[in-house]
Amino acid sequence: MSRVQQAVEYAGERLLAFFAYLGGASVLFAHTVGSVFARPFRRRLVAEQMDKVGVASCPIVFLTALFTGIVLGLQTAYQLQRIGAETYIAGLVALSMVRELGPVLTALVVTGRVGAAITAELGTMKVTEQIDALESLATSPVQYLVVPRFLALLVMLPLLTVCADMIGIVGGYLIGVYKLGVTPTLYWKMTWDVLQLKDLVTGLLKAGTFAAIIATISCFEGFATTGGAEGVGRSTTLAVVISFILIVAADCLVTAISYFVFP
Amino acid sequence: MIEIINLCKSFNGNTVLNNLNVTIETGETMVIIGRSGCGKSVLLKHIVGLLQPDGGQVVIDGQDITKLDRRAVQVLRMRFGMVFQGAALFDSLTVGENVGFALREHRVASEAEIVQRVAECLALVGLRGIEHLKPAELSGGMRKRVGIARALGTRPDILLFDEPTTGVDPVMADIINSLIKALHEQLRVTVILVTHDMVSAYKVATRIAMLYEGRIITVGSPAEIQQTTDPIVHQFIRGEAEGPITVDQPLVKPTFVGQG
Repeated sequence: MSRVQQAVEYAGERLLAFFAYLGGASVLFAHTVGSVFARPFRRRLVAEQMDKVGVASCPIVFLTALFTGIVLGLQTAYQLQRIGAETYIAGLVALSMVRELGPVLTALVVTGRVGAAITAELGTMKVTEQIDALESLATSPVQYLVVPRFLALLVMLPLLTVCADMIGIVGGYLIGVYKLGVTPTLYWKMTWDVLQLKDLVTGLLKAGTFAAIIATISCFEGFATTGGAEGVGRSTTLAVVISFILIVAADCLVTAISYFVFP
Repeated sequence: MIEIINLCKSFNGNTVLNNLNVTIETGETMVIIGRSGCGKSVLLKHIVGLLQPDGGQVVIDGQDITKLDRRAVQVLRMRFGMVFQGAALFDSLTVGENVGFALREHRVASEAEIVQRVAECLALVGLRGIEHLKPAELSGGMRKRVGIARALGTRPDILLFDEPTTGVDPVMADIINSLIKALHEQLRVTVILVTHDMVSAYKVATRIAMLYEGRIITVGSPAEIQQTTDPIVHQFIRGEAEGPITVDQPLVKPTFVGQG
């Protein structure tokens, strides 16, 4: 009996801690959204973050998207050749990229590249008292540090996603045209015929949601850092792991919602 | 005047401040001494509202900072200049941008005035012409002095120092102490300084208060503190291992293999 009790108690504690964590992150999210329109608007910081988050992420995001498109093309070619339906590769790659793989893979790559960097930077600032210094100079750390990163991710992640979608489609095109022998004109026609605005909207909705998750969790973990270099490492790992979990969960949720909203 | 009334704070069940009471008069230099980890920095952070107490009040010229909303706290903070233990300079900004940070953030002056004020603040701490350097290019003593210059940026009337002489060589420590004394005399500011460096305390203090087990156990002029009969204060200011102050865990006497 006592063992069962212990197990239930442990599970309960973990569950409460999880909800407390989500609660804390939600408070930061609400505070950030509330601070977006607060003056002064730090244009230079937002532009700087956009460069770090978006422009600098282009090579790795584009490479991932290209290879994903190629692999997607190869895998489907293998199946479609058997039934002589090679031309369908265009629609399959386009839909998979725009609705699912473009947003999710871009978000995961950006979490690893940008989210980790944000947590490490803010975490180091926290343990070296720079966050306290910011507050002592009558400046809100949320306005000065979180809002520029949040806005940069909110703008750049959807843009990166659209680029990733296009490059992934090019990857599929390479396989469809050069391996399966589909004519270029037919490949593009099949792609445009299949894609609808709702697919792009679903993809962008996902990208926006993932951007909010990455910005909030990375900054929240950064602010919660304690205990020197080891603490910074721990927070960075946690930020990436939690962002991954929430991105996958949110992906499932947004897919389900858009399935019912745009049947 | 800053009145701290019945201030209580604990972290994870560990009581750090326990009904602490102390009054700091306008224009004096109050040095708060105590062992490492006794809550001196925590007390300082409560005075600027960086930490919320579990109970008690921090009254600054009649305003209780613990009861103010965020905006009012920010307005009040413009009256403070805080110097952190490790200087806490912003790594991504140059020295000039660090010192002029609050002025640019709150747009209290034109760019030309800010550049001039930054140069003035750096001159006050004896570091002219280093505006373009990054904090990583500075020595420990220079970082501390840039930290002081940054705190002076908004022309505060209350300066807070968190262990300003920790981690610098004795000569630099004396330079910093002289600087604090000179700033106090020139700018007529209220100074609150926490330290465990008694040389520093005697040099700069108008009054010294000792923090022990979450409370202020004694307050007095440097001369009064030096002549104290309180065994705890006596042990601390002389830096003796034997006495009523005990370490958390008993020290183990070293024994060597083969010793009889």
